[in-house]
Amino acid sequence: MTWRREGGAVSPHVLEIRDLRVAFPGPRRSLRAARTIVQAVAGVDLDIRARETLALVGESGSGKSTVARCVLGLVRPQEGTITYEGRALGPIDKRPAELQRAIQMVFQDPGSSLNPRMTVSAIIREAWNVHPAVAPKGDRRQALAEVLADVGLDAGVAGRRPSALSGGQRQRVSIARALALRPRLLVCDEAVSALDVSVQSQILRLLVDLQRTHDLAILFITHDLAVVRQIADRVAVMKRGELVECTTAEQLFTAPAHPYTRGLLSAAHDLEGTRAEFEHTQEQVS
Amino acid sequence: MVVLPSGATTGTVIDKVSFAVDAGRTTGLIGESGSGKTMSAMSIVGLLPPGAETAGRVSWRSEELLTAAARRIRQVRGREIGVIFQDPLAALNPIQTIGRQVGEILRRGGKSRQQVRARVLELLERVGIPDPHQRIDVYPHEMSGGMRQRVMIAMALAGEPQLIIADEPTTALDVTTQARILQLLADLREQEDLAMLLVSHDLRVMAHVADDVVVMYAGRVAERGPAREVLEHPRHPYTRALANNVPAVSTKSAIAEPLQGAPANPFDRPTGCAFHPRCPMAQDRCRTEVPVLREVERGRFSACHFATEVAS
Ligand SMILES: Nc1ncnc2c1ncn2[C@@H]1O[C@H](COP(=O)(O)OP(=O)(O)OP(=O)(O)O)[C@@H](O)[C@H]1O
Ligand SMILES: Nc1ncnc2c1ncn2[C@@H]1O[C@H](COP(=O)(O)OP(=O)(O)OP(=O)(O)O)[C@@H](O)[C@H]1O
Ligand code: SF4
Ligand SMILES: [Mg+2]
Ligand SMILES: [Mg+2]
Repeated sequence: MTWRREGGAVSPHVLEIRDLRVAFPGPRRSLRAARTIVQAVAGVDLDIRARETLALVGESGSGKSTVARCVLGLVRPQEGTITYEGRALGPIDKRPAELQRAIQMVFQDPGSSLNPRMTVSAIIREAWNVHPAVAPKGDRRQALAEVLADVGLDAGVAGRRPSALSGGQRQRVSIARALALRPRLLVCDEAVSALDVSVQSQILRLLVDLQRTHDLAILFITHDLAVVRQIADRVAVMKRGELVECTTAEQLFTAPAHPYTRGLLSAAHDLEGTRAEFEHTQEQVS
Repeated sequence: MVVLPSGATTGTVIDKVSFAVDAGRTTGLIGESGSGKTMSAMSIVGLLPPGAETAGRVSWRSEELLTAAARRIRQVRGREIGVIFQDPLAALNPIQTIGRQVGEILRRGGKSRQQVRARVLELLERVGIPDPHQRIDVYPHEMSGGMRQRVMIAMALAGEPQLIIADEPTTALDVTTQARILQLLADLREQEDLAMLLVSHDLRVMAHVADDVVVMYAGRVAERGPAREVLEHPRHPYTRALANNVPAVSTKSAIAEPLQGAPANPFDRPTGCAFHPRCPMAQDRCRTEVPVLREVERGRFSACHFATEVAS
């Protein structure tokens, strides 16, 4: 379902992924045997439009992070193409600086994606030094305090290293670093999964705002279906390296087509049910 | 109490926090990001940042752990108390296969190679790693985030501990896998009388598995009591703010209103009640007088001057 018209008219898609396949060398079955192959992504097509939030959900190990890493150019696909505003995307080090900046990612393991030897302030300033075109002119200290405040961090964390931060604070530093570069496409891999509801909603509101004001497109990987329901325009569901369903959020939650999606939704409802059922008994007691 | 250095200043990151975990029961720790949940949990097994000063008591089956010898703590850790860390990639050794890491404690226990391998495979199977025979010899970076999280759980279970400290054990797991892990932990609790200290920001998970909860704010206990009572009928405005904002799957909810104002910084905690700059119920008294944690109803403790006026 692409909107590209014959004759090469401009496509409304910011990102187009076509027939993406990624294989990793797997473990050996025995000492002498050749390495097996893990087909992490087995033919995926995805489009993201400007200002759109596309949620990517699915079983653990189904290939979500691998798709994200391909978009960033950190993993070399076996086959397939990824284009950004019509330009083919290669490995990260072959991308022009402008494209390196335009696509940012918040990684699933915040601890390991931040340089442990740098302070929070140095981590964010470094991003600005690499991409001076978007760096705030003049008072960077003030700008730094602002990006930290945007993600709910106290300016006091600026002088600390990642090891002196809590898990959720590290997660927010990596969000702040990505946003400091004013990306056009933001890839969030479980970016708000370790945050309490209040901080989480602050960040989700920030993303929705940026989407409106800066035409930001978001690929949002998460296991949290309640968050998907709040922010996603469309949802893609992965299982074993393939897309099993890709539809509007409305459609997915009201009329899921694939049995796997139905299974996911009912598991989520079960967890919620224990709460509802309890509220019910409480009412009877009081 | 835990005091941490930060540049020239020090901060009391954990201030008079107390709670208990009983055999066969689960105590949940919830609270704002940075409020001290990990630090409180890790102080039990002596895993605090370098330079940390501590005061108070950690009593493990009537043995004092806070002042115990480092050797004794290492013995307790893994064998008597299993730990599931919040950031698996940082906690796992990147240059050892996961089979080796999960089997570490078993090898120290003097089991043969075959016995260790068989037991590791069984553990990986139990935590829901698909094709454990294929995965046992891979390195952490070759696994997905959720698989690494389950490897951590298998590691914590390997020593057959009596207490498990689980710091956000299911944050990156899809709901079906999450349900499976929660069921596994519930079974162990039933069958082996396992006690669990569960840190999670996910109130749905809390309501599902915790017997008691402790709510933290800025390094202090805001509220404590039976999990479902606390979550359904909070006696502290901060708990109420958390509980009222759980997004639903069954209906499309708007993104919740975040708390106004900046989160508290334990190195520069507001005077009086640390929550007062953000509290919709704050009065003059809250700015000057630190509320003590007191029993406001049977089994329900709250550190709010106006605990009884908090309506859910
Ligand atoms: N560097 C690698 N080497 C070998 N195998 C890998 C590598 N990276 C990922 N894999 C494998 O590829 C598959 C997909 O992994 P991926 O991280 O994309 O899953 P995911 O959908 O993000 O899962 P999760 O929800 O658990 O994070 C998994 O089987 C994983 O073990
Ligand atoms: N090594 C350190 N030096 C100084 N301060 C630290 C250090 N480690 C953590 N802190 C601070 O101590 C406080 C408590 O951290 P902790 O990791 O316990 O939070 P948490 O409640 O687990 O949060 P999260 O939900 O984000 O994981 C935080 O404000 C954090 O910034
Ligand atoms: S003591 Fe005052 S500021 Fe603190 S929670 Fe209660 S009402 Fe709010
Ligand atoms: Mg992943
Ligand atoms: Mg933590």
